[in-house]
Amino acid sequence: MAIREFQVDLLRDAVERMCGPAACDMPEDVRQAMEEAARIEDGPNARSVLAELLDNYQIAATERIPVCQDTGMVVIFLDVGLDVHFNGDPYQAINEGVRRGYRDSSLRMSIVGDPLRRVNTGDNTPALVSVRLVPGDRVTLTFMAKGFGSENTSRLAMLRPADGLEGVRRFVLDTAAKAGPNACPPIVVGVGIGGSFDQVALAAKRALSRDTGQAHSDPFYADFERSLLEDINKTGVGPQGLGGRTTALSVAIEVLPTHIAALPVACNINCHVARHMKEVL
Amino acid sequence: MAGPGFISLEAPFDETKARSLRSGDRILLSGTVYTLRDAGHKRLIELLNRGEEPPFPLQDAVIYYVGPSPATGGRAIGSAGPTTASRMDPYTPQLLERGLRGMIGKGYRDASVIEAMKRMGAVYFAATGGAGALLSRTILQAEVIAWEDLGTEALRRLTIREMPLTVIIDSQGRNLYEDGPRAWRETQGDENG
Ligand code: SF4
Repeated sequence: MAIREFQVDLLRDAVERMCGPAACDMPEDVRQAMEEAARIEDGPNARSVLAELLDNYQIAATERIPVCQDTGMVVIFLDVGLDVHFNGDPYQAINEGVRRGYRDSSLRMSIVGDPLRRVNTGDNTPALVSVRLVPGDRVTLTFMAKGFGSENTSRLAMLRPADGLEGVRRFVLDTAAKAGPNACPPIVVGVGIGGSFDQVALAAKRALSRDTGQAHSDPFYADFERSLLEDINKTGVGPQGLGGRTTALSVAIEVLPTHIAALPVACNINCHVARHMKEVL
Repeated sequence: MAGPGFISLEAPFDETKARSLRSGDRILLSGTVYTLRDAGHKRLIELLNRGEEPPFPLQDAVIYYVGPSPATGGRAIGSAGPTTASRMDPYTPQLLERGLRGMIGKGYRDASVIEAMKRMGAVYFAATGGAGALLSRTILQAEVIAWEDLGTEALRRLTIREMPLTVIIDSQGRNLYEDGPRAWRETQGDENG
């Protein structure tokens, strides 16, 4: 297979193009999930919150103003074909795209360069980039602009293998219930199961990049996703925590092989402003 | 925006007014509020601890926990929804002692905040999290009055008209984050109880 010379400017331009629309236009899958939720919601406070949120999506799209003022930290998953050779530094290209996109669309700069000394970098860089090698000569770019009100309610646990499926269920339910109003429900729940301490969290984040409502390809996990969603929506937290049926819009699970001694689980919470995009370059 | 069941309220307001509001009340708030979040709170507390005057009158003030996106297209402000209030909990009792009357945010408050709210007569409102475009429309003016170097976290004076809010915690400590979900579960019967 011939090596493809890949211009990193392609990456820069794709990221730059995504920042504005990600902030102002809710993806179709999220909008549909919210409309469906509004149809079946029976909590009185909840109904007016959902109407307000749908209204807000509309105002954002037509007036070109961000759906939420927290326009997020950019999270990128790059699936890089083994036959690709980059003609420059893809990390730099991605950050240049973020810099231009956030500036040109007047988005909020929400990143500090150091976690304790906390000085804002002023251009929303750097992005968090995770690379995976895959067959072929394409580069698949998955873009998320992750809000941190919801991120802060995420949790990770090293369960015992004996805790099994029910242990995972309890942990996810407990995390979603404790997140409550802080995560701006309706929430989207990404669950990683297996792997190791570090990998399970990334799996949970990757789960959040799936379209809302897109089930796992393995029927066993698709069933588990459905039943977790049902259980979360019985907690009564509801939209904005005011009480109601719609606590979560969807649950997505990603699994990894793990050690005989381990059952890691991570629950990464996203809000209804679930900004995600994908492009194959 | 005004509809049945909404109470019109003007900020700033006094303790008597605050004590008349009830958890679950739906409010349309107009008047003057101040924006402040993490870094601004830290600065305000440091300044008070040095015995200096705050850059805005704390007595009867309402603080909106928000870090707006930049203003565009002739607007006063960009997207401007609430941020998580609990991050401000460590600073809040001291501000309540100094006369702070209302807070607008989203999410839980800790026991020390609720205790001080009851003692001083203050209210905690929620605005809808993730409705920054809609809320932006209710903000008529925005002016940075201190700490411009903090960017989105600077202290701003806002003039607002009919901002839709819900009273979450009232001055008696009643909390819609507990009562709302419980009431919904009760309508669903025992199976979810
Ligand atoms: S959690 Fe989501 S909706 Fe809430 S403020 Fe953050 S980005 Fe916005």
